[in-house]
Amino acid sequence: MTTLNIVVCVKQVPDTAVERTLTPEGTLDRESPDGLINELDEYAIEEGLKIAEAHGGEVTILSMGPAKAADSVRKALSMGADKAVHVLDDGLAGSDALATSAALAAALTRVGFDLVILGSESTDARTGVVPAMLAERLGVPQLTLAATVEVSGAGVTIHRLTEDGYAVVTGSLPAVVSVVEKINEPRYPTFKGIMAAKKKPVRTLTLADLAVDTGAVGLAGAATGIADWAARPPRTAGVVVKDEGDGGSQVAGFLAERKFI
Amino acid sequence: MPAVRLMPTQESADLIELTRSIADKELRPHVAAAERSHAFPRETFATLGRAGLLSLPYPEEYGGGGQPYEVYLQVLEEIASAWAAVGVGTSVHALSCFGLFHAGTAEQKERWLPDMLGGELLGAYCLSEAHAGSDPAAMRTRAVRDGGEYVITGAKAWTTHGGAADFYKVMARTSDDGGRGISCFLVPADSPGLTADAPEDKMGLMSSVTATMVFDSVRVPAERRLGAEGQGLPIALAGLDSGRLGIAAVATGVAQAALDAAVAYARERESFGRPVIEHQGLAFLLADMAAAVESARATYLFAARLRDAGRPFSRQASVAKLTATDNAMRVTTDAVQVLGGAGYTKDFPVERYMRETKVMQIFEGTNQIQRLVISRDLARG
Ligand SMILES: Cc1cc2nc3c(=O)[nH]c(=O)nc-3n(C[C@H](O)[C@H](O)[C@H](O)COP(=O)(O)OP(=O)(O)OC[C@H]3O[C@@H](n4cnc5c(N)ncnc54)[C@H](O)[C@@H]3O)c2cc1C
Repeated sequence: MTTLNIVVCVKQVPDTAVERTLTPEGTLDRESPDGLINELDEYAIEEGLKIAEAHGGEVTILSMGPAKAADSVRKALSMGADKAVHVLDDGLAGSDALATSAALAAALTRVGFDLVILGSESTDARTGVVPAMLAERLGVPQLTLAATVEVSGAGVTIHRLTEDGYAVVTGSLPAVVSVVEKINEPRYPTFKGIMAAKKKPVRTLTLADLAVDTGAVGLAGAATGIADWAARPPRTAGVVVKDEGDGGSQVAGFLAERKFI
Repeated sequence: MPAVRLMPTQESADLIELTRSIADKELRPHVAAAERSHAFPRETFATLGRAGLLSLPYPEEYGGGGQPYEVYLQVLEEIASAWAAVGVGTSVHALSCFGLFHAGTAEQKERWLPDMLGGELLGAYCLSEAHAGSDPAAMRTRAVRDGGEYVITGAKAWTTHGGAADFYKVMARTSDDGGRGISCFLVPADSPGLTADAPEDKMGLMSSVTATMVFDSVRVPAERRLGAEGQGLPIALAGLDSGRLGIAAVATGVAQAALDAAVAYARERESFGRPVIEHQGLAFLLADMAAAVESARATYLFAARLRDAGRPFSRQASVAKLTATDNAMRVTTDAVQVLGGAGYTKDFPVERYMRETKVMQIFEGTNQIQRLVISRDLARG
């Protein structure tokens, strides 16, 4: 078999550990907080690296984001990916899932792929629909919510996580796979990897390079919009259950009321 | 709150980020339990080794990271702020490789250094003896030449990683000529006749083993002698200049952790109707703690930059060790004060920081000995 061309999509997201804020336009402020690799994408990178190690192949990181997303691209390269493509264009700001999938699909068509791997959702928008939209746009099978991925010959088989177990799903390559965090334990970069990452090729592509119509992406191309928003109400003190012999049933009652049990 | 750092390169900034994520995921969650059960975290060192963090200050041609001390020490500080015993161990490992790197022949270095820096092996060094701590020239352990070998007999006290290390840098007497009669050897852990006594029952750093290594006619091939006969003490002392910088960084890391814990507590804890950090009497204590931590960091970084520039740095290394460990002792003691009664319990880590810091004023030359080094340098003019 020829070596697999694996592309892992990586998104930089604001650190979930710090307070996140919205811009006046109602989009997430991506400038002020530290940007990190979306956590699930680290699992996608790990899976891509493992498949490349097992079957022979090359891992390309594809990231769409502002200039500072280059930090996340570099980190992905320091984990061991071979090269990267950074889709960078001011016209992309404010893209929703539909617009994002348009830009990513154009980039993927441009760079070519056998297997595209993504995290199943991002910690910022959490729509979880980009993998499916991407597969539709590319006209290839989508295998989403994978807890395992097995590549053999010209096919790929996953265990797709369901509410009560898993489903075995098989598709032919090329394909789009999204992964859940059960799938593996992402490796740390190594110091050698950090040094090597400096020398790995990173290609920057603009919307013009990709021949994407600016009306199809960014706020202009977004099919969804923020109509209104409000800050989360401050946390209330909570309920203290004092155990006077009936503590257990009080707690159970509290949970049942909220349909946890 | 993580320490504010000004790193010299992009890759060193990435290295600090890598260290912080390993510290958060692999060190902080395990330190309390390991300190309670006295468990030596051998696997943790392997994790650091695989990431390349155990060999940063050595050149890339031998498998090191080729990083200046300015960078290496800040990584060490981050490790120590998460787990002091692992920080100490990382510094001891670097020191145990130092003799071979500085005094070894090209052939010796090519043969052993890549393995020692490869991340899988852990080192220790044996200088102190029961009656020869501050005055190592009083050591009695002997290495007697016998054909192509030396036969080492004696006991080396206080060996960090004693019994757990893969190799030992050992100073032993090859003649009766005081400080000029000592030689340095690289001894594999599995050498017949080399055993570790029961570990010391210490006040802190419970997850680090410290033991006397007993040498009962341990045969070491002459090719494992580093430097010339009689050069052992200068080799050991040169290593200590760098080791002291390591301890300064480790102490600063622990002090930073204590400061962070104290500030977090003082912002939450209320007395007289407001957070205790809003009482000036306590707020100024915290301000002094922050000043002590940041000045310690600046002091060790200055000594490191001298070293990186190839300039003499022995006095500045002693100043850094003295300043950083004395500051850390004060900061960790005050952190207990900030937490009040809670600080005196094992429910919070600050009492541990205080116990851990005490030894840093003692090993790698007590702080009295640092003053001796500094004042002698001043007297020389
Ligand atoms: C946890 C731990 C780990 C250690 N790890 C190692 C290791 O890995 N390898 C190793 O070789 N050693 C190690 N040591 C030993 C350590 O370096 C010595 O304990 C230290 O050098 C002091 O020696 P000493 O304990 O014999 O004290 P002593 O030399 O007996 O000193 C007693 C006191 O007298 C003071 N003093 C001595 N001489 C003078 C002087 N001239 N002027 C003023 N004051 C003086 C000292 O400062 C001290 O306060 C370790 C020690 C500990 C506690």
